[in-house]
Amino acid sequence: MSLVHVLEVALAVLVLGAAGWTIVARSTFASAVGFVSYGLLLALVWVQLAAIDVALTEAAIGSGLTGVLLLSAAATLRVTERRSGAGPGLPMRVFAAICCGLVTAAIAAVVLTLPEVAPTLAPEAIAALPATGVGNPVTGVLMAFRALDTLLEKFVLVLALIGVWSLAPDRCWGGHPGLKHRLPADGVLPFFARTLPPFGVLLGIHLMWTGADHPGGAFQGGTVLAAMWLLVMMAGVRDAPAIRERWLRLALVSGPVVFLAVGLAGMLAAGAFLAYPVDIAKPLILLIEVPMLLTIALALGLLVAGPPERAAGSS
Amino acid sequence: MSTVTLFGLCAAVLIGLGLYGALTHPQPLRKLVAFNLLGSGIFLLFGVIARRGAWSTVGGDPVPQALVITGIVVAFAATALAVALLLRLFKESGEATLSPAARTHASPERHQP
Repeated sequence: MSLVHVLEVALAVLVLGAAGWTIVARSTFASAVGFVSYGLLLALVWVQLAAIDVALTEAAIGSGLTGVLLLSAAATLRVTERRSGAGPGLPMRVFAAICCGLVTAAIAAVVLTLPEVAPTLAPEAIAALPATGVGNPVTGVLMAFRALDTLLEKFVLVLALIGVWSLAPDRCWGGHPGLKHRLPADGVLPFFARTLPPFGVLLGIHLMWTGADHPGGAFQGGTVLAAMWLLVMMAGVRDAPAIRERWLRLALVSGPVVFLAVGLAGMLAAGAFLAYPVDIAKPLILLIEVPMLLTIALALGLLVAGPPERAAGSS
Repeated sequence: MSTVTLFGLCAAVLIGLGLYGALTHPQPLRKLVAFNLLGSGIFLLFGVIARRGAWSTVGGDPVPQALVITGIVVAFAATALAVALLLRLFKESGEATLSPAARTHASPERHQP
């Protein structure tokens, strides 16, 4: 047994341990903390599966942003925990455990009997990659071969945000999301919120740019930008914008609108929706990615910030 | 056991654990954590399939990998919406429960004119 293999087994044990902790932990807060560490460990598994792009996304969104969301919700809902019922009785739990065990066993059986020659689209993707002008096959799939998925996912982000906003009480509609954070200006968090963002913004844009040929991309870059923005808002350095601001709404829809426009232009220029003329494929992909980065960063940040809770203009 | 088999079995256990948590936890937020666990297990299973599709210079089939990236972002958007719904329920009723019995006696004054 090689050292790498021992480390892989240890990693699997750690992942399952953290996952088990999120289920059995007594308090929801402890469970959410467990989920954050679970996400980071899972990112290491993705590295081990040679999927660096996914590892970056899992660490940034699956662990980081989801973690912030769950931790703050757990802190708010802590008072309701003791009052909530005990849940199903022991016989029902045992029955549920048996059923879930059967699901696991069925999937494990599938994993153990996968066909020897694995089906793969990798040769086709690599063969067609030069036409897109990008060198990272995952970015090629996201921005060209399966661009429709990415376009629809932009719609999902904006729709989810509209859903979150629509939960605002009437008097707060159009106002600022979340509570106003007031921290002493010389505290540690405001200090970080003033020093980290320049580097974070650089890193976010770099991740998007380098995603063309190396692991990275608009998703990962946008998440880093969103994290920097959230840090600034949570430290009270700058307040969250009122959601009725026109610039905010225009910036939010710019990603899907530009994507859609390029896609429709492809019908005339290249003969199919979301097709790019080969000689300008790379510039077109960049043209889509820049507003997409903006939309992702804004939508992710605002999804974490939650529905408006203060009327516009109030402090 | 090879890397793909090890993490494939790991994914199977994660899916089972998440399903169990989503079914048995009485608190909606715990169900949400468990549901995310279930989802990440499915993503991991897909990642294992992708890794098996490694070909020449690439370490895995890029198509499933790209789909997983999209999936993670969509899962986050759905989680954010669910958390917002739950927090609104708490604001309205002072409770965060899916049980109708617990909710009706939580805050009766809201229904009076």
